[in-house]
Amino acid sequence: MADAEIIPLGTRGRPGRGTGSNKPSAAARSLAGGAAKRPGDARPTPKKRTAPPRPVDEPAETPGEAAVGPADERVEQPVKEAPEPTYDGLQEASAVEPDPGTAGATSGTSTRDRAPGAGIPVSDWLNAFTHASKEVFGEAWEPRLAQFLAFLRRRVTGDYAVDEYGFDREVTQRFFLAAVRPIAQKWFRVEVRGAENIPVEGGALVVSNHSGTLPVDGLMTAVSIHDHTGRHLRPLGADLVFRLPLVGEIARKGGATLACNDDAERMLSGGELVGVWPEGFKGIGKPYSERYKLQRFGRGGFVSAALRTGVPIVPCSVVGAEEIYPLVGNIPSLARLLGVPYIPITPFFPLLGPLGLVPLPSKWLIEFGEPIRTDSYDEGAADDPMLVFNVTDQVRETIQQTLYSLLMQRRSVFF
Amino acid sequence: MGRVVLVTGVSRGLGSRFARLVSADPGVDRVIGVDVVPPRGDMGDVRFIRADIRNPVITKVIAGEEVDTVVHLSVLASPGSAGGRSSMKELNVIGTMQLLAACQKAPGLRHLVVKSSAEVYGSSSRDPAMFREDMGPKRMPRSGFAKDAIEVEGYVRGFARRRPEVSVTMLRPATLIGPTAGSPMVQYFRLPVLPTVLGFDARLQFLHESDLLDALRHATTSGVHGTFNVAGEGVLMLSQAVRRLGKPSVSLPGFAFNSVGQMLRRSRVADFPPDQQSYLTFGRGVDTRRMRDVLGFVPAYTTEAAFEDLCRELGPGLVSPERVATVEGAVAHALGSARG
Repeated sequence: MADAEIIPLGTRGRPGRGTGSNKPSAAARSLAGGAAKRPGDARPTPKKRTAPPRPVDEPAETPGEAAVGPADERVEQPVKEAPEPTYDGLQEASAVEPDPGTAGATSGTSTRDRAPGAGIPVSDWLNAFTHASKEVFGEAWEPRLAQFLAFLRRRVTGDYAVDEYGFDREVTQRFFLAAVRPIAQKWFRVEVRGAENIPVEGGALVVSNHSGTLPVDGLMTAVSIHDHTGRHLRPLGADLVFRLPLVGEIARKGGATLACNDDAERMLSGGELVGVWPEGFKGIGKPYSERYKLQRFGRGGFVSAALRTGVPIVPCSVVGAEEIYPLVGNIPSLARLLGVPYIPITPFFPLLGPLGLVPLPSKWLIEFGEPIRTDSYDEGAADDPMLVFNVTDQVRETIQQTLYSLLMQRRSVFF
Repeated sequence: MGRVVLVTGVSRGLGSRFARLVSADPGVDRVIGVDVVPPRGDMGDVRFIRADIRNPVITKVIAGEEVDTVVHLSVLASPGSAGGRSSMKELNVIGTMQLLAACQKAPGLRHLVVKSSAEVYGSSSRDPAMFREDMGPKRMPRSGFAKDAIEVEGYVRGFARRRPEVSVTMLRPATLIGPTAGSPMVQYFRLPVLPTVLGFDARLQFLHESDLLDALRHATTSGVHGTFNVAGEGVLMLSQAVRRLGKPSVSLPGFAFNSVGQMLRRSRVADFPPDQQSYLTFGRGVDTRRMRDVLGFVPAYTTEAAFEDLCRELGPGLVSPERVATVEGAVAHALGSARG
């Protein structure tokens, strides 16, 4: 503890900082410890070199892993714990080399100090890790960490189940929804109304308006439904979704399937909560000037699927999605070349590059309307085109009217 | 009087096993095996007749032996076993045509069982999640086994129209796997490093080889008319299958995957038919409701169990469940001791 004593300034020789060449200052001399006090000794470096490893050594040995003992091995001890073998050589070189002021020895010392993680003992790492896991998992971190490890093992060994559409419940809950949730809550501040209109169990068809250039509204609806009812929305996507690499994979894992009557009826009769956006690309890719004007609702295929399976239709109106990427233009020729329905131009998109992909933080309102029952129609209702058109119009009108009333209630686009 | 069953493609693994299995059935009097090469190994009660089904001589066999049930198993899935794609096509398509022509001339014929494949549905991004028997492919397969199978099915349907009194059972088994199966997918899983398509994860559905034998026997003895998908319960993602095998995989973009497939094919490391790429990209699922309800057959193995059987046969890979569990235990232990 000699190092820790208070050094009285100006009592040991001439005050000042020293020349730095052969005479260190008084303060420097006293800092270097007793051995360095010999004046005229031009070798302060070896002392400096051996001194720093010591305090590093001591805590490394405390975990009691091994009493490696011998004093001559002490210098190499931290090297054994650190994973880099090259560093070992450097250390040995500097320890063997007696030549004092050479650049090699000095740089050896400094490299050692700079090496990442060098000298931080394993126990400190573990402590930091336990603290971090306490931060992340809360007080009951141990069982939760064990759960997380078990989850990782299941993922690595493929020991999990997907349903016949490729829906991976575990990864959806843990990652996809967890990633989307902060965006819904913090960025768009989604406000959900009428969540009680979503059936708690059994098949149902959620029909929503579509807007926003990219299908962000689908994600937000899915996470809102999950957080309010605990059910997973099973979206029906266009075949473009499943043709695109990565997008298709994630969509299937997240529970989506192709928007065709076979899949829709299969899912509905299986008791799933299915989401459909009948406007399709016409809705999502419409220019900003036509915002909140519902497009044609496809050919009413969703209605016939609901009629065949007798499930209720839940109209869903989303306000706020139109403003996230205001679509002001399109590059049809490039879109045709790439085989996509449109290449959007927004006030920011090609202009600011990837930064333009950040959606504008509009305030969102999602309202679920009263379910429209379809089980009262008789057997052949799905094959009656006039009835299908009527029900389609009824759903469309409900959503359009709700959109207008929500727009009236909204104070401004962003608040 | 028992039945007389004629089995084609009897010198292959599936054919010979099926012939022996069905010859043990009490309702079957005689089993006649037909192929171009004699079968290896013991065939039990099965009588082997060396005949080429691409040759009209098969007519005489059917008439002379008073065959009442024909089980057509020599529709080959991979070109490797037939000695090239052209001879495979010849055997599959021309063989079936000749066989059906012979069947049409056989007045005593009561029952025809044909093994087709679920590959007739193809694989594309526009596929429904589960194909029912009445659905067709969304993108017509233009080459390979799938095209053969579609053509074979067309001839079989034509035959069923011309001989309405014969009950025709057509089975469309999903990807066949098992310890002795040599299908292209099994060869794929045998590769030391599995190439996968970047950004896609195929849904796979498997049928264990013993279940296919059972399904064929059930179809032969029950005589249910119609077309049936045959597959194990459930779906396995390709990524999941790779992880269960514990083998390393390489994700390649579509075009690179294609050339790797060509390389594998040329170097004869594995049969890697061109249509395998779309299968490994989009996968395929078939609906098995009719198999359960109409055919009355339930496979013993689910997709998962069938794949587990294959895993057992291939042995644990680099990332075996035991090793992962060991690592997990070590990490948990280290954290526990750090806290204590």
